[in-house]
Amino acid sequence: MEKYAVYVPRLINKEEKFTAGHRACIGCGEALAIRQAFKAVDNNIIVVNATGCAEIFGGQFPNVAWQIPWIHTLFENTAAVASGVEAAYKAMRRKGGLIPKDTKIVAIGGDGGTSDIGLQALSGALERGHDFTYICFDNEAYMNTGIQRSSSTPFGAATTTSPAGKKSIGQFSWKKNMPEIAAAHNVPYVATATHGYPFDLMTKVAKAVAMPGPAYLHVLSVCPTGWRTGTDTINQYARLAVQTGVFPLFEVENGVYKMTVEVPQLRPVTDYLKGQGRFRHLSDDVIAKIQKRVELEYQKLLEKTKHGRK
Amino acid sequence: MATRIGVEVSIAVADAVKLCNPDVIAAYPITPQTHIVEHLAELVANGELDAEYIPVESEHSAMSACLGSAATGARTFTATASQGLALMNEVVYVASAMRLPVIMAVANRSLSAPLSIWCDHSDMMSVRDTGWIQIITENGQQAVDNTIISFRVGEDPQVLLPVMVHLDGFNLTHVVEPIMIPDQAEVDKYLPKNRFPLPLNPDKPVAMGGFAAPAIFMETKWAQEVNIQNSKKVILQAWDEFNKIFGRKYEPIEKYQSDGAKTLILTVGSSGETASVAVDELKKEGMDVGQVRIRLWRPFPFEELREAVKGADVLIVMDRAISFGGPGGPIASEVKAALYNQAKKPNVVNYVISLGGRDTTVSDFKNIIKQGVGIAEKGSKNEYEIYGVRG
Repeated sequence: MEKYAVYVPRLINKEEKFTAGHRACIGCGEALAIRQAFKAVDNNIIVVNATGCAEIFGGQFPNVAWQIPWIHTLFENTAAVASGVEAAYKAMRRKGGLIPKDTKIVAIGGDGGTSDIGLQALSGALERGHDFTYICFDNEAYMNTGIQRSSSTPFGAATTTSPAGKKSIGQFSWKKNMPEIAAAHNVPYVATATHGYPFDLMTKVAKAVAMPGPAYLHVLSVCPTGWRTGTDTINQYARLAVQTGVFPLFEVENGVYKMTVEVPQLRPVTDYLKGQGRFRHLSDDVIAKIQKRVELEYQKLLEKTKHGRK
Repeated sequence: MATRIGVEVSIAVADAVKLCNPDVIAAYPITPQTHIVEHLAELVANGELDAEYIPVESEHSAMSACLGSAATGARTFTATASQGLALMNEVVYVASAMRLPVIMAVANRSLSAPLSIWCDHSDMMSVRDTGWIQIITENGQQAVDNTIISFRVGEDPQVLLPVMVHLDGFNLTHVVEPIMIPDQAEVDKYLPKNRFPLPLNPDKPVAMGGFAAPAIFMETKWAQEVNIQNSKKVILQAWDEFNKIFGRKYEPIEKYQSDGAKTLILTVGSSGETASVAVDELKKEGMDVGQVRIRLWRPFPFEELREAVKGADVLIVMDRAISFGGPGGPIASEVKAALYNQAKKPNVVNYVISLGGRDTTVSDFKNIIKQGVGIAEKGSKNEYEIYGVRG
């Protein structure tokens, strides 16, 4: 294990594109995931950032944490802004403008900015086929405004707008399946990732950015503040999400599904739910319901990977 | 050499955009703007215009794509109207505050409900505080010329502001007019390349759109205000230079038979030409009447307006929008504000006319002018008059 700790950091690019000194909460999974994601690519990138946690903790004038070109405008329009940047670079390159070669466009947003308010703009940009990568850093609620539920909040999770109570189990609906929605656009590349599996995440970011055409990455980012977990547990929960089948790591490359982290025997979802304050009110029968749903969704995904194998 | 042709105004505006060689056009279809963007799409499809045409999924995304494009230093155009302008409203504010020179044609149309595709100025008035330069045109030639002028003004390093060119929906967009289409060489002489000073470029990274704490926010807003106020001198230079090359002169406040006239009618947009005919006829009948028109709406031409109306006793202001529960027409309320502190000022009478495409004819304008003089003399219980409405 000691040797592992010496060896692994050498595999990772030392350069920080998203630098220290930003103002994320202690133990922020999103800040970690962003840092990892941009270590996977070179500097020839333009970042388009939706309003949200990352924009706020990394984008306060004049202390912006980004070392590469970065633009934030609004909440729901990030994919559209990225479309404009991409089209402009395409036109200017064709017309001899003074711009570098092969610049890549990466749009980033949270789960609210992606699966709720920004879904239309994202769908439009994916459908039109712009050459860009969209990364959703999913911390499963509107954390920036104070932990309100989004369509990406998991079933049963207590948030400030889906509180648990005598007549409420917390979030009343099942998490919207954004990776499948993206895949339904028949884009070249869709993948899930999490900071708990950094090499898997970085491989996918590098692949997505290099791939011509639109790519979509859905990155589970643990939020200790909103999930009511210890700040030192984020990678533990990120890995448990994968190992319980709650958040499978897979990719869809040109329509072919592949599990990138195989979990031969899923752990029970209670391993993931326990210790998270947002789930602590859940009764055994609700947990059983979640278990059943996770298994069903996991099986459906496995079926797709079988069809994909050549 | 420029050629004078009979052409639908929308097509001519699109041809004017082509002469400016934009890099990106992002647009969503909405009546009565469609012919402008359809023709641009056609020019791109035929290889006559080398640009990226982004057929976005909404006007919100149209303006958002324009932000991204303009931020890279690409020359950027869009067009919209009515609900489209309302839908993109929050993005419209961002374009000016981030100093992104997007050029937008607005085919003025009423706002729902009830749904109406026809012209009034409720859309234009809904964006008067967004920080854009707004030029209001009266005929096809003005729309063509000011489209070209807008690129020069907006992209000027001293300005860096988005510009709207307003042309009345249907009344202008769908009519065929004789229009001088400028020559490419002349446009190239007039319009320099876009040299956006701090573009998104990995060779020289910049951060755009950081959020501002209270310690800096007011300074950014004041800088924006000083900036748009200062843009007026660049607009005036751009109009002068245009006159030298193309021989057509534009001014913030344009006058017609107004020198020495004791009664003035103030018009905005395409109905101004109808009003001019009414002025001619009334003068023949012996009435002392003239006309002024607002060409530049933002930045508001305070000095020019005061100068143009200072000799008049009565100023009858036409509005094609209502500020509901407020002072009536937005134009009249601003005109009154501009004149309030003047020692000598005309008596201002406000008429709201032509909402949702209702025609106001020459005889209507004659009636309005005559009635308006009467109201100025005798006074009225109303904050403003609404003309030609039943019930």
